[in-house]
Amino acid sequence: MTVTAGWYLALAAVLFVVGASGLLLRRNALVMFMSVEIMLNAANLSFVAAGRQLGVLDGQAAVFFVMVVAAAEVVVGLAIIVTVFRRRATASVDDLAGLKG
Amino acid sequence: MFDYHALLPEFILGATLLVVLGVDLLVAPRRRWLAGAAGIVGLLAAGVPLLTLAGVGGTREMFAGSYVVDDFALVVKGLFLVAGAIVLLASMSYLRGDRYYEGEYYFLILASIAGAVVMASARDLITMFIGLELVSAPAFLLAGWRKGDLRSNEASLKFFLIGVLSSAVLLFGMSLVYGTTGESTFTRIAGATAAVSGESAFVLGVLFTLVGFGFKIAAVPFHFWAPDTYQGAPLPVAAYLSVGSKGAGVVGLLTICYSAFAGARDVWGPALWVLAALTMTVGNLTALRQSNVVRLLGYSSVAHAGFILVPFAMAAAFEGPALEEAFFGSLTYLLVYAFMNLGAFAAVIAIAERTGSREIDDWAGLARYSPTLATLLGVFFFSLAGIPPLAGWFAKFVMFKAVLGDPGNAWGVSLAVIAAVNAVIALFFYARVLKAAFMDPAPESLPEGAPLSRPLAAALVITLAVTLAAGFYPQLLAFFGEAARGLALP
Repeated sequence: MTVTAGWYLALAAVLFVVGASGLLLRRNALVMFMSVEIMLNAANLSFVAAGRQLGVLDGQAAVFFVMVVAAAEVVVGLAIIVTVFRRRATASVDDLAGLKG
Repeated sequence: MFDYHALLPEFILGATLLVVLGVDLLVAPRRRWLAGAAGIVGLLAAGVPLLTLAGVGGTREMFAGSYVVDDFALVVKGLFLVAGAIVLLASMSYLRGDRYYEGEYYFLILASIAGAVVMASARDLITMFIGLELVSAPAFLLAGWRKGDLRSNEASLKFFLIGVLSSAVLLFGMSLVYGTTGESTFTRIAGATAAVSGESAFVLGVLFTLVGFGFKIAAVPFHFWAPDTYQGAPLPVAAYLSVGSKGAGVVGLLTICYSAFAGARDVWGPALWVLAALTMTVGNLTALRQSNVVRLLGYSSVAHAGFILVPFAMAAAFEGPALEEAFFGSLTYLLVYAFMNLGAFAAVIAIAERTGSREIDDWAGLARYSPTLATLLGVFFFSLAGIPPLAGWFAKFVMFKAVLGDPGNAWGVSLAVIAAVNAVIALFFYARVLKAAFMDPAPESLPEGAPLSRPLAAALVITLAVTLAAGFYPQLLAFFGEAARGLALP
């Protein structure tokens, strides 16, 4: 059995759902952030698979840009999570509920 | 390939970013406001090539059609530059009183503006994604600027998690669009949609893209982060988010829907119809029961996102001139909204400094001891409510005109009715703040507030001038909306 691009796209969809469920179900800000990274990489896989199938390099090139953006987001995200952690010594989002209404 | 004239605004902004960092490094802490002043000069300087480009006219395409400078891009870039300058003016005294970092703040605002300027020209999936991330990433940090304030931390963490989630959804949608059409440039995607318009993967891609942008513009049901973030973030940052960040989202949505998904109007039209109706109604109804003015403005800006979507949502059912009119309606609404909302936030910043509170009840009797600020607040809030002769009425007028472009279309008429009901509801909560300020008795001991700082006064004067002028003479902003409508043409 050959593995076609369709399989990769299906895997990307599964990864995306895994990431989305993780974001919705987990309560630790770090784990939630890792779930988002899984979602971004699902999109990456889908880009590469599509690019490979189409025989053009656009999809692969896109992934480089996304990886750089994701790295920048890690910097920003960890800075924010560390700031919260310093104040509260917890990374659980349930403890952050001061803003409501 | 490289059109230096067309890229000059971006180059000037890039240079300004470095200058701002340099000024911040070299001057004494007491004079850090010079970095902000350098930023404002840079923003205005970046506006000069926009004027010369408009003078030359024509459409300039670069990088195989992924970066286009046309009249639409020029108008939107101009809007972001001016909005950025107003936000910087409104930030200066706030930062001074706040005792947090100053130079870095100006740098991040300018970086975010640079992203919005790139977004205006992006005509390619990846360019648009990069532009949107450049708008968002500095904004995450800005929302958490008050590091020692737990509310600010919470605002920034919520904004960050929702922001990256929306980016991931948007990117996954884009990858599906790319995978099904095989193209990443908007014009070529539009050319390839006819063959794949029935495919579920393509439809899913379009919907995911809409959801991603829905988060960015805070459309219901993707709006819940917005009021929290606005309330916790420093006030000038909330002003920036409600105009710059939201504006970039609207511009991205307009560009991608009208150019890339021009052949998929039957997909995004109905989806946006539901989004617009929900956004207006939920935004306005929730705003009714807010006691904090900033939260109220947060929900009001959610509701305005709905109003902006109203003509846009009907575009799917329209053809030819009505389709163009819908584009004009959404864009003109955005232009007017940007100025009056920045003005409203500037007035709230000034009054919060004067009264030391953001609760509506604490603003009682404001007109007795600070009539100027109370009047300014009245002007901007009535403009947001759409009362003539202030600019807001014109925005509402073009919106209703566009959505009723085809009087026989029941969907358009019903959306117009929903919008009309919402415009009335909105009047209630704006008027409630003004009732406290003008009719309620002033407290026994008047709050000891700082006098109005000069940069903030300048921001108020500029927004007031535009709000009044565009109300009495609507062609002022309609001219720019007219110039930009070319994008709606196939």
